Amino acid sequence: MNERHSRVGLVIRYGLLILFALIFLGPFAIQIANSFKTDAAATSNTLALIPHPGTFSAWKQIFGISTAGVTDFPRWLVNSIFVSVVLTISHVGLDSMAGYALARLEFRGRRLVFGFIIATLAVPNVVLLIPQFLVLKQLGLFNTYQGMIIPISVDAAGIYMMRQFFLQVPAALEEAARLDGASIWTTYWRVVLPIVRPGLITLTILSFQGAWNQFAFFLVATISPQYFTLTTGLANVVSGGLSAGNQYPLKLGAALLTTLPVGVLFFIFQKYLNRSRLEGSLK
Amino acid sequence: MTTAPLDSTPSASAATSPLPFLRGATHQRSSATRGHNVFGWLFVSPALAILLIFLVVPIGLALYVSFTDWSGVTSPFGSTVHFVGLANYRALLTQPGLTQSNFGTSIRNNFYYVLFTVPLQTVLALWLAIIVNNRFLKGRGLFRTAFYFPSVTSSVAITVVFIFLFQSGGAVNQILHGLFGINGPNWLYDTRGVFTLILNGLGVHNPPGWANGQFLGVTWWDWLAGPSLGMCVLIIQITWTTSGTFMLMFLASLQNISGEVEEAGAVDGASPWQRFRYVTLPMLRPTLVLVLTLGLISTWQVFDQIVLTGQNNATMTTPAYESYYVSFQDNAFGQGAAIAFMLFLLIVVLTLIQRRFVKEDLTK
Repeated sequence: MNERHSRVGLVIRYGLLILFALIFLGPFAIQIANSFKTDAAATSNTLALIPHPGTFSAWKQIFGISTAGVTDFPRWLVNSIFVSVVLTISHVGLDSMAGYALARLEFRGRRLVFGFIIATLAVPNVVLLIPQFLVLKQLGLFNTYQGMIIPISVDAAGIYMMRQFFLQVPAALEEAARLDGASIWTTYWRVVLPIVRPGLITLTILSFQGAWNQFAFFLVATISPQYFTLTTGLANVVSGGLSAGNQYPLKLGAALLTTLPVGVLFFIFQKYLNRSRLEGSLK
Repeated sequence: MTTAPLDSTPSASAATSPLPFLRGATHQRSSATRGHNVFGWLFVSPALAILLIFLVVPIGLALYVSFTDWSGVTSPFGSTVHFVGLANYRALLTQPGLTQSNFGTSIRNNFYYVLFTVPLQTVLALWLAIIVNNRFLKGRGLFRTAFYFPSVTSSVAITVVFIFLFQSGGAVNQILHGLFGINGPNWLYDTRGVFTLILNGLGVHNPPGWANGQFLGVTWWDWLAGPSLGMCVLIIQITWTTSGTFMLMFLASLQNISGEVEEAGAVDGASPWQRFRYVTLPMLRPTLVLVLTLGLISTWQVFDQIVLTGQNNATMTTPAYESYYVSFQDNAFGQGAAIAFMLFLLIVVLTLIQRRFVKEDLTK
């Protein structure tokens, strides 16, 4: 009886899991299908997963190869790529250096610096939006690429995470390198960094994801469409014509374009991403 | 063992435990100290400088601006900017008017959003983790990936999809009509509160006399209205996007709970529910506290989604959005900064309460 009980339980379990998998992935399926529909079909035949009639017109518009209307999405895509790549490089460089110093270098004031960095983690991001705008404005960086990049070019969570990774490296390794006459820089660059490669990969993915999905800060740091990224550009397009209910294929396609790079990264590096989430060191 | 997941929260560990790096300090040699000093400061100074200039200075500057009538155009230190004392804070807390009622409404909206989202995402995450955790389940990785995927994507992109799904003739309403014959509302534009709708259903249409009193410029009747149907869309959306992340946290600690403990429970003749209630759940408690804490802090900061939906529906604004809107649309940066500081205060107070709760939890 117990066996039959568990078999019924297993069937119910699978049923529920499949139902929830549909709920979690269904919106993406509807999104993809509707980006290949005409405006009319996306409204009248929303649920059809096979576009009929199918069209590439929304995608042509997004990539600027359409005569129907020019959009700024190609420019915003380039902006997103540029800003995300620069931010990722600076996070990986600066966060890991600071993390290493906090984990391994016995400099005066380290405790204070570490306490300060931890304290900044507690400041809610949304509260910083207006303050950051004020400083950008004062420094003449408002509405520039520098202004979009410099203020968020390090992040306290990344420093903390890298520190945790460096703490796991056996100190004996570094001491051996130092005894062989290697400088602190050489020890860091040649000995320690290669060991924390998994940590660097995790930081790279999370930084790219954070920069690519960044919205609130870019919203207050820029005002001209030439500096929009995919997120701010898409928001601009959507809040402009939400009531009309038109151009849904275009908006959904652009949203898909915004989702794809991080989605692909996520599938490739799932192992690293999952682990870092599990460590709970971020957010 | 129970402290492990909490130990990795930065804020909790900083406040409750002696800083762990002191333990590593023993291998230090005095001859190396100078090099350590130079390189230590060299390594942290870029990060430190950026955090100071773009995090500490802004907070100070914004605090100053919250006492002025700066309009965002000229320099906040120019002669056209006037010091107004606490006027911006009074306009929120004590002075009846549009500013106050907008602020009060945004607090009301966000409160119900938190009240529904935090329990929903926590319960769903825990439930998903428990069913995915079954050893005999095939395709576990696949299901885990499916549930986790929404949480890595852009908040703006997801909101666009949900706006599409919940439009008046959209997928959700078509499904509701097809399955139940219900004509769904125009969700994102619907300002009716869920509790009010229930009361209406019970035949109560007019507020009783006491409910006409006001707090923060909002009548008690409106305070008790519950989340609007528009806000419900957001509650569903955030539950959908975040439960995957929290599921992974629960999964991690479920995997730490050894199978032996569960088997011991089974031998004693406990039912699955009893085993869950009396064995698994107490062991998950630290993770549960962590998930609730993270959920509470992040839900009070909801912003990205509101930028896309809030301007069409006054029952979907939040303090974070209100602060942005008042600053950038009304050009009242002093007022906007004051709202930001009120939100800051609210989150700090909630965090302190939580921390107390977590501490108690650890000493138990």
